[in-house]
Amino acid sequence: MNMQAKPIIARRSPGPDGEKVITLAALAVGGQGGGVLTNWIVDVAEANGYNAQSTSVAGVAQRTGATIYYVEMCRDTGRQPVFALSPAVGDVDILMASELMEGGRAIMRGFVTPGRTTLIASTHRIPAVSEKIAPGDGRANGPEVIAAMDIAADHVIAFDMETVAKQAGSVISSSLLGALAGSGALPFSRESYEEVIRKSGRGVEASLRAFGEAYEIAKGNKPAPVFEEAPAKPVPVLNVPEKLKAKWATLESRLTALPLEVQEMAGLGLKKVVDYQDVDYGSEYLDKLDEIVALDKAPYEMSVSAAKYIARALCYDDILRVADIKTRASRFERVKGEVVVKDDQVLMLTEYFHPRFEEFTTTLPKGLGTWVQGKKGFEAWYTKRFDKGRRIRTDSLRGFLMLWIVSSLRPMRRKLLRHQSEMAHVAAWFATVKEVARTDPALASEILANYRLIKGYSDTHARGLSKFARVMGALDMLKGRTDAADWMRRLRTAALEDEKGKALDGALATVKSFAG
Amino acid sequence: MAERSFAKEVQKLRQGDGEVFTGEGILGITKALLENGVGYVGGYQGSPISHLMDVLADAQEILGELGVHFEASANEATATAMLAASVHYPIRGAVTYKSVVGTNVASDALSNLASGGVTGGALIIVGEDFGEGSSIMQERTYAFAMKSQVWMLDPRPNLPCITKAVGDGFELSEVSNTPVMLQVGIRSCHVHGHFTAKDNKRPSMTVSDALENPRRDLNRIVLPPATYLHEQEKLTKRLPAAQNFIVEREINERFGRKDAKVGLILQGGAYNTVIRALNRLGLADLYGDTEVDMMVLNCIYPLVDEQLMDFCEGKDAVLVIEEGHPNYIEQQIATMLYKRGKTVKLEGKGVLPMGGEYTGQVMVDSLGAFFAQYAPSMLPVAKTATNEEPVAIPDLSKTLPGRPPGFCTGCPERPIFAATKLVEEELGEHHISSDIGCHLFSIMPPFDLGATTMGYGLGPASAAAFHNENKKGRRSISFVGDGGFWHNGLTSSVGNAVFNKSDNVIVIVDNFYSSATGGQDILSSRAVNKTKQTQNSIVEACKGMGVKWVRQVDRTYDVTKMRDTLKEALTTDAEGPKVIVASSECMLNKQRRVKPEMAKAAKEGKRVVRPRFGVDEDVCTGDHACMRLSGCPSLSVKDTGDPLRDDPVAAIDQTCVGCGNCGEVADAAVLCPSFYQAEIVSNPTEGEKRRAARASKIISWLQSRRDAKRVAFA
Repeated sequence: MNMQAKPIIARRSPGPDGEKVITLAALAVGGQGGGVLTNWIVDVAEANGYNAQSTSVAGVAQRTGATIYYVEMCRDTGRQPVFALSPAVGDVDILMASELMEGGRAIMRGFVTPGRTTLIASTHRIPAVSEKIAPGDGRANGPEVIAAMDIAADHVIAFDMETVAKQAGSVISSSLLGALAGSGALPFSRESYEEVIRKSGRGVEASLRAFGEAYEIAKGNKPAPVFEEAPAKPVPVLNVPEKLKAKWATLESRLTALPLEVQEMAGLGLKKVVDYQDVDYGSEYLDKLDEIVALDKAPYEMSVSAAKYIARALCYDDILRVADIKTRASRFERVKGEVVVKDDQVLMLTEYFHPRFEEFTTTLPKGLGTWVQGKKGFEAWYTKRFDKGRRIRTDSLRGFLMLWIVSSLRPMRRKLLRHQSEMAHVAAWFATVKEVARTDPALASEILANYRLIKGYSDTHARGLSKFARVMGALDMLKGRTDAADWMRRLRTAALEDEKGKALDGALATVKSFAG
Repeated sequence: MAERSFAKEVQKLRQGDGEVFTGEGILGITKALLENGVGYVGGYQGSPISHLMDVLADAQEILGELGVHFEASANEATATAMLAASVHYPIRGAVTYKSVVGTNVASDALSNLASGGVTGGALIIVGEDFGEGSSIMQERTYAFAMKSQVWMLDPRPNLPCITKAVGDGFELSEVSNTPVMLQVGIRSCHVHGHFTAKDNKRPSMTVSDALENPRRDLNRIVLPPATYLHEQEKLTKRLPAAQNFIVEREINERFGRKDAKVGLILQGGAYNTVIRALNRLGLADLYGDTEVDMMVLNCIYPLVDEQLMDFCEGKDAVLVIEEGHPNYIEQQIATMLYKRGKTVKLEGKGVLPMGGEYTGQVMVDSLGAFFAQYAPSMLPVAKTATNEEPVAIPDLSKTLPGRPPGFCTGCPERPIFAATKLVEEELGEHHISSDIGCHLFSIMPPFDLGATTMGYGLGPASAAAFHNENKKGRRSISFVGDGGFWHNGLTSSVGNAVFNKSDNVIVIVDNFYSSATGGQDILSSRAVNKTKQTQNSIVEACKGMGVKWVRQVDRTYDVTKMRDTLKEALTTDAEGPKVIVASSECMLNKQRRVKPEMAKAAKEGKRVVRPRFGVDEDVCTGDHACMRLSGCPSLSVKDTGDPLRDDPVAAIDQTCVGCGNCGEVADAAVLCPSFYQAEIVSNPTEGEKRRAARASKIISWLQSRRDAKRVAFA
């Protein structure tokens, strides 16, 4: 092929009277209303005496994937310009991206050119499927894309336009249009944009609000609002009944005796543990934490890790816990807010449970549970009769009471089979932590953090346990190495990458190769 | 009921002489058909021509007034066979489908139609799906035109040119007794523009007139010896007639300076991209005024030798610009030049890439190279020797997640594939044949199911070779949609499996519409359609075909049942194909139908229940197993803001339609109890309100009693 190594950077030539074609591409996720946006832009251009043409790529079959809309416009001189049908590399004046990664994609595709392109991007995220299915945190690195925007574009307007739209009761096409108007990249007045929105006829007031807000932000008249990824949770308030105040105060005073660096995390951990079981459980938690603190020194990184993961280990997920959470008053309030229930509406709430034989037996007292587990005939009978999905209506008295009764087994939790096995597992892990902590606190921190691998219910939980075991299995190979902590962290990260543990297999093979 | 209502567009079809028509290219074509006295229209939907079908379906009234018959054909072969009405009768007919896949299906009828030739103008509008965003394999329709000797128009991509091509096409077809293909690219179909309308014209003969006065000409029937005659006629009569017409009517256009030493020969569809590239190279202004000599082929087949040789006369070099492979046009021109002993340098593929879309940058680079070599003096220095310093832009390719298309929120096909995954976890992996349609998204994460896709309705057929000698061994699973089933799957896939005593499993994904193409009605649609007979049972059709083992799952969201049915199909001793008809309404269509109904009912004070799902974030442990069995756009991840937790938890956003997949999957796969279903009742009954208030009172009392005895978060 007789292709040039370096692409030609060729700019568009103007018309005889200096009129220029303006090119605008919009990258969106299917279903975001990119069509509405482009129609608006074309209408604004035409209302301002411009010739405009829009095209879209991808037919109706392309659901939820990335799509591109493209608009060209030029002052109307009485002659029809020859408009291109798709954006070209290095030839886009205005690039609109309705999601952060789509903005990144525009850059990678060459649609954002230094010294030329105004980039208007919403910084909110719509995670792609590949980001959502990782057993850990598979989300892409947003700050990296934002940094690239500043390098690639001539002018950047980037803020969370999704939330701006939502807060105005509208959708993102309105706030994107507002940002476009506010950017000044097109020679059209604010009023002409608003007129087009008004004429479009549906949800006009909300659209105008979102448009106006985004316009002011893009203009720089208002700061870009900062939205937390998760709406800032009200700090959970611990309710301490009169009778238990003294006991709780003892625990609180033990907290203040801890090194300053550890206190915050330990405070959170303590509350979680007490909320999970009772005040005595909190005391056990602090006992364990004290043991680690005794082996640690400033800046107490290992102890902070211990404060976090011991709390996690003690608060394992069992039926009692689920029933407790699902029957709390605060939970009912939260659900009502989440699904938006008005005062004159009634909420019906159905929970999906599927208790198997394992969950049943491990919720029995230790002796009984172990005995029942040995009865294969009983297991078969149970599985046939009870191993199926249960729908429990927690808004009804009957359903609520069922869960209420399960949750009220809490004071007996320590005697249950599940608790015994969990505590045996915790004890083994904790012993390892303490042993390693004496020689390699960094490695001990990582071993503490490995408890992150244990999560989920039923098969997911079993898979988590097995991954934990495999990662911990590498400990003997790593002990004594200067990079042991680093490798332990890498193993854990690999374990969180995919469900089946393929990445972990690879990482373990590497460790074996150098550890001989 | 199609995805979009075209009530507004339909009114545009009434526009008369001198009015300015504004809209998408494909709507312009629809209007042009009526302006040119078309007598009947047929076709099969598919991007990018679905809208044409949908508009006409909504325009029955106008069509009735004009005496135009319209029908949605069973498939593209049916559509093309429909053009038989133009064989003996002077009636103009048009059919439309997606190319190249539709043309493949149509090719049997196309050969027969082309052989006998036509009396009335026969136009085949092919919506080409090539280049970025295409959903099909990349092939050229051109080969069909060449082998069948039908003509092919490829007009410049603007509304006036595209709509003019419709009239030209009919006339060309009539003067040369040959069907004509009008090729329009996906972007031309969706381009927004204007053209000046003309009055609609009644067909001079309607199909009813023809029925009342039947005609028959033995020489037009495809049967020996007439077929030998046809072959001669194609070359000695029809081809010259077409070439004459092309020259006389100036179908192809010449731009620029005729005495230029270099020239471009290009297909009409590429005109805008070429002009933009010339503009960027400083060789054309934005109106297309240029010094470069250009031959724009609005008719790309047949070529007119004299016209092209005249163009090449006195030139040093010409560049042929045609998209796709092979370079049919270039080859023909090369033969013309060689036979005439010409020395002009012919360039084409080589300067231009062999395959792939000719995007703006490709065109700039290729034209830049061509002019640099053959006419460097024409090229402004500033354009090739730029002093713009390239800026190093960070490489984001590792960061950016891919975003392939997937199932919509609440799609009823999602639980079918979740169930398939669960069956595979139990019985191991199977060979899975996929088919065309939304269900093909199963190939993508999170499902990663399906090994081949061989053509519309051919999913089960493509598993035909997989005959397991071991009766107890694994069977293949194949999928076919309801659209594909009626398109030809009933015979090619199901009938074939019955006849050949296949033991494999066939899943028919029935979502009540041809959903991937925009939700058109099909035989088994459940809706009442005034002009169509719907509500024909797929199960009965299969039984009629001889299938003995058929199971109907009437709610695909029941993942447990779906899984168990699949498992039974894979393990039963029953002989013959095992067919599962998995039925639930396409959620996109359902929402469009139900939402306004619900809003209206709620407004009128009727009791309305709106379902949606949620996640208890304290119960969710952030493993995301649920998402590995879903991929629903409304089910995503979010941070908890809790320093004690590392991984984001599952969250369901406001777009949830409450389909139930989350809960059903959590149940069938025994995942976790974090999901809850909330049903919000507007205008509850008095009894309901009382019961809710009473339950709430007691529940509150129990809650406060418990809280009084423990330290817990309020």
